[in-house]
Amino acid sequence: MTNITTPNGFSLDNAGRRVVVDPVTRIEGHLRVEVNVDANNVIRNAVSTGTMWRGIEVILRGRDPRDAWAFTERICGVCTGTHALTSVRAVENALDIKIPENANTIRNIMQLTLQVHDHIVHFYHLHALDWVDIVSALSADPKATSTLAQSISNWPLSSPGYFKDLQTRLKKFVESGQLGPFKNGYWGHPAYKLPPEANLMAVAHYLEALDFQKDMVKIHTIYGGKNPHPNWLVGGVPCAINVDGVGAVGAVNMERLNLVSSIIDQMVTFTEQVYLPDLQAIASFYKDWTFGGGLSSTSVMSYGDIPEYANDYSAASLKMPRGVILNGNLNEVLPVDLADPSQVQEFVTHSWYKYPDETKGLHPWDGVTVPHYELGPKSKGTKTRIEAVDEEAKYSWIKSPRWKGNAVEVGPLARYIIGYAQNKPEFKEPTEKLLKDLGLPVTALFSTLGRTAARALEAQWAAHQLRYFQNKLMASLKAGDSATANVEKWSPETWPKEVKGVGFTEAPRGALGHWIKIKDGKIDNYQAVVPTTWNGSPRDPKGGIGAFEASLLETPMADPNQPLEILRTLHSFDPCLACSTHVLSEDGQEMSRVTVR
Amino acid sequence: MGAGTETFYEVIRRQGITRRSFVKFCSLTATSLGLGPIGATEIAQALETKPRVPVIWMHGLECTCCSESFIRSAHPLVKDAVLSMISLDYDDTIMAAAGHQAEAILQETREKYKGQYILAVEGNPPLNEDGMFCIDGGRPFVEKLKEMAEDSMAVIAWGACASWGCVQAAKPNPTQATPIDKVIRNKPIIKVPGCPPIAEVMTGVVTYITTFGRLPELDRQGRPKMFYSQRIHDKCYRRPHFDAGQFVEEWDDDAARKGYCLYKMGCKGPTTYSACSTVRWNGGVSFPIQSGHGCIGCTEDGFWDNGSFYDRLTTIKQFGVEANADKIGATVAGVVGAAIAAHAAVTTVRSMAKRRNDNGGNGNGNKPNDKSAG
Repeated sequence: MTNITTPNGFSLDNAGRRVVVDPVTRIEGHLRVEVNVDANNVIRNAVSTGTMWRGIEVILRGRDPRDAWAFTERICGVCTGTHALTSVRAVENALDIKIPENANTIRNIMQLTLQVHDHIVHFYHLHALDWVDIVSALSADPKATSTLAQSISNWPLSSPGYFKDLQTRLKKFVESGQLGPFKNGYWGHPAYKLPPEANLMAVAHYLEALDFQKDMVKIHTIYGGKNPHPNWLVGGVPCAINVDGVGAVGAVNMERLNLVSSIIDQMVTFTEQVYLPDLQAIASFYKDWTFGGGLSSTSVMSYGDIPEYANDYSAASLKMPRGVILNGNLNEVLPVDLADPSQVQEFVTHSWYKYPDETKGLHPWDGVTVPHYELGPKSKGTKTRIEAVDEEAKYSWIKSPRWKGNAVEVGPLARYIIGYAQNKPEFKEPTEKLLKDLGLPVTALFSTLGRTAARALEAQWAAHQLRYFQNKLMASLKAGDSATANVEKWSPETWPKEVKGVGFTEAPRGALGHWIKIKDGKIDNYQAVVPTTWNGSPRDPKGGIGAFEASLLETPMADPNQPLEILRTLHSFDPCLACSTHVLSEDGQEMSRVTVR
Repeated sequence: MGAGTETFYEVIRRQGITRRSFVKFCSLTATSLGLGPIGATEIAQALETKPRVPVIWMHGLECTCCSESFIRSAHPLVKDAVLSMISLDYDDTIMAAAGHQAEAILQETREKYKGQYILAVEGNPPLNEDGMFCIDGGRPFVEKLKEMAEDSMAVIAWGACASWGCVQAAKPNPTQATPIDKVIRNKPIIKVPGCPPIAEVMTGVVTYITTFGRLPELDRQGRPKMFYSQRIHDKCYRRPHFDAGQFVEEWDDDAARKGYCLYKMGCKGPTTYSACSTVRWNGGVSFPIQSGHGCIGCTEDGFWDNGSFYDRLTTIKQFGVEANADKIGATVAGVVGAAIAAHAAVTTVRSMAKRRNDNGGNGNGNKPNDKSAG
């Protein structure tokens, strides 16, 4: 290959200099990216490699389906709980278990808490340093910083003295020479565009968000006992509610409900007075940086989530948008059916696994996985010293999922584009307002910045939905319903001999599905197809490229040795690699191929 | 950057602790170390002036729940821990640098702080496929891990992954994910198990080391005694219900709403060594049992392979609260054996449900050990 056009319409040219970023940091898990830049340092080819594999689904085989939530929850501790929720939904779908309304409401509260928490932590602690130059903050004028902060928000921590103190501490910190996590950063890089005052304000909010994130998760602690990795239950939620009876102090009671409520109020305030104003202020300095759109302008997908009604997972019940857009046709949102074997399929032509026929994809219920690590003939280095992978051969631990053969982008931006296309005012109006305030056309959404902005808008939406569902829970309790679990089918003796099911959520990073087969009370097959598998996938048999690779193309780099632009775009997806690499074969054949000890 | 280059002394002063208390603290420390009054002066001097201890935080096969837990720390606040008490020079999850710039930090730390840095490990190395189930910088993670361990002062094994292997090492462990003490042989290793460990336990271990300048006292399994020497059951606020034979019989029943004991729902509190029922989670808000679900035993070795989380423990002998971590080592091994024997048979829960039906749904609360492993 030197110059080709992919079936999904991207030009690739690997003739120029190869630049490797490994490890990609400020993500969950292990990721490697290689790009080719042309003479002008513009990216002309991009290769994304998932560099870890854990085999959780192999491990699930033969276990109690009611335990699966705990195993799959450990797929990821960043989007903690979303795999567990997906898992209990898959088991309930397979066994036709109906959960009480309160359980649905509490699960939504758990999931929405994760959305807000994850988005805030992503923006401030994983993504901000792609836009914010910490060292530049040292030369800010605290008074001007205060004026800036007060011009965009009513957030009270905004006095000149506040910023002055912070700057003094920052100065001492930098002068100590022990820069900790900020060591060897790309400070002074020409791609940083914020004035010193905006940098100082952002540093303040980096620290404030760090303090606040630990409080948000207390909602998980109340309903699920701990965070990360709260507890879940097939058939409902484990926390019993007892507002005013004997022993109420041992259950979810008035004090607990008040604590949840007060944290929700703070989440609404923080997203509206800190996160969104920061996003808008930062974006206003990067309006010219229009790169990173990738698949977003053509192919996006969302399964939808947050069911209004318990046990109703139809698009009408789901408050997060559901559907697929292909070929950039915003006039048509296609329906998704996760049980249809022709829709979601995974390919392994370029993944370190083997299929009997690698030209074909397999639906997750019928998935086959045999790990098979090998480097292509054009790779450089050795098997255990990779200098460059060969993208014409196998090059990633991530499989390539496709929807009806198409690579699609998933995540907050996909959800907002679909909600926008469906003319849902709760998604369309805030998007239009933000674009208008920034003086940008709607096409500006299809970019790295659009992805980052959609996440902020979604955090605000989710915070208000939290308020809605907590009120709904209170109304239900007022009406005398405090049920949280249905135990009719708790005993495996009540289960059919052989069943299959599918559960889905919208994880913070995008569409997440778990497919399960249960036989004789045990897990017979389990497959998870996760957001970063969609976004970070290697090429498919036809050569179609995934969202990470597509989004990096055409981006100019100021200095290929300092990969700030690459990090910026990759981070906008909020990659989660532990999630994306998984496996379970239908027939268990891979077990004999892998030597255990 | 909150506290900038503040020393430990400055941090505690800012947090409202008086000079007098500080000096007293130093004396007590010196006494406990057997150093006498001169030692106290030296400790005070060190805490007032010494630079922050470099920490290299590496990630193998894991889910990042340990990092997520660490940043939840309420006391100390994680910003104070990271910015004032230690120097977190490498942590792929939060560090600004990537690729070559990140790799350079590892090399520099080995040279500049040889024998002086703490290696904190989240996750574990897979040994199958020549280690390439976890690739970092183009080569096996296990190689980088061994290199960084070589010049470290001590190693912290964060969580169940690094300590025991955790979920990816559950049967059949397809990648041969391996606890770090099996590949790092010549350094002291402090195991801080849990999936994840409690935030304040994590920062507690780190600040103990930076404050006292020594490793915490460990039990036979390598866990700090200060957090892992008693079972959840020993200090559980629902313990009186266990003793009184008051049990939750099924989810959301009347007993569940009254906060009765979760033993019959599979709670592993009686065999799990952890501070959950005392320190509790997320600033002390709750812990699993308080929120209605039994303990799944996530601080214990091999907890994924001890049968279903809803299987009732069948081998506890009502051992007393005074049993220590050394004694329990053998007891836990017994539990594991029994649970594995049960694994291939009908699940305990199934037979339990059947029994309940036979008895008209009325379990006998006073005899929690009334059944075999199924």
